[in-house]
Amino acid sequence: MKVKIVLNGKTREDEINSDQLLIDYVRSHGCYSVKRGCETSNCGLCTVFLDGKPILSCSLLTARADGHRVETLEGLQKEAEEFGAFVADQGAEQCGFCNPGMIMNAIALFRENPDPSEEEIKEYLAGNLCRCSGYEGQLRAIKQFLEYRRRGGESCE
Amino acid sequence: MLKIKEYVKAESLEQAYELNQKKSNCILGGMLWLKMSDRTVQKAIDLSGLGLDTIEETEDSFSIGCMVTLRQLELHPRLNEWTNGAIRDCVKDIVGVQFRNLATIGGSIFGRFGFSDVLTCFLALDTYVELYQSGVIPLEQFVGIKRDRDILVRIIVKKTPVKCVYMTHRNAKTDFPVLACAAALSGQTDNCRGYVVAGARPGRAIRIEIGTEEVMRLRKGAYTKEDLRSLAAGLAKDILMDSNMRASAEYRSHLAEVLLFRCLSTLQERGGEV
Repeated sequence: MKVKIVLNGKTREDEINSDQLLIDYVRSHGCYSVKRGCETSNCGLCTVFLDGKPILSCSLLTARADGHRVETLEGLQKEAEEFGAFVADQGAEQCGFCNPGMIMNAIALFRENPDPSEEEIKEYLAGNLCRCSGYEGQLRAIKQFLEYRRRGGESCE
Repeated sequence: MLKIKEYVKAESLEQAYELNQKKSNCILGGMLWLKMSDRTVQKAIDLSGLGLDTIEETEDSFSIGCMVTLRQLELHPRLNEWTNGAIRDCVKDIVGVQFRNLATIGGSIFGRFGFSDVLTCFLALDTYVELYQSGVIPLEQFVGIKRDRDILVRIIVKKTPVKCVYMTHRNAKTDFPVLACAAALSGQTDNCRGYVVAGARPGRAIRIEIGTEEVMRLRKGAYTKEDLRSLAAGLAKDILMDSNMRASAEYRSHLAEVLLFRCLSTLQERGGEV
């Protein structure tokens, strides 16, 4: 079947299989930040935005994205780099495999709730699993980033 | 692994119903549970083009389209105001935001899954399901019916005045519940009824009515802590539990006493007045 999807700002028309999942579609277009971590719709590694909302691309048929807008980390470089630097500064992750999914969902959180409480951060990111860390580094990075934004983009060092 | 031969975006409910009569075809909800299955679907029927993804409030009810996501339920101010936040409480621990942006209420309710937080919570409310073929029936009746080839079109929550509360126990934050409980006082002053619901027993959720006298006492706030504990224990005795990989039946029975006590205490604290 044919689909027309706006992927990272570019309109693409493709011939796909009926049961292709969105994760395989975006990877076939070089978006390798999107990964499978669990196969049970639980880990959040495959997070992409569908019309601006974070979803699990491992669980959505590409056919259902027909006529919609899909964004991956590759399309959000500026936002991702800005926040990602804070994650790196905290040494938050060991292997980094979960990082793209977590950054995507953190960006979704910042857009939806620009001033979240610690509880709200934890609740929003509960669906992003990291098997190396205890999430403390990520939490510190998020708080520092929010503080940096509150100061209008100036370092809080 | 789930295999789909053909994807069909339904143009009408009639078409979807006709296609769904074939056993090898299947309606897609959020596809999260379906994706876990190992089957081949001939035609996957998508209802997402039929405008069933909205929550409409009328004078006497909330009408929730089957394609409304769990996240929409979580964020709907009026629905949560009406239910004292119970709707939000029942979905907030389901995996994560990304999952809840896909999972649909139709999938949750039609599946009548034992582990369902959503089914447990909606059973405590004055809820009906609108089926394409069988019409509108109470959710409590629907829970007891075997899955058939009908289509769940909408979930209707009547605006019967209600005080309700939802609580679960989970082994890990985003896992299925070990036990899910809801309690509600529902109806006008002269016709107030009380219910407790238990889900993830691990069987399908069941609803038990609280006696008229007990409802009156709850509404008046007349229970002491100890009295409430024995009321909860009495209600918990009537709930049949089973064991699975998450917990034993005995542990669930104990949890039921604790969670129902907390639910009933919260109802009483909120004044009991509906």
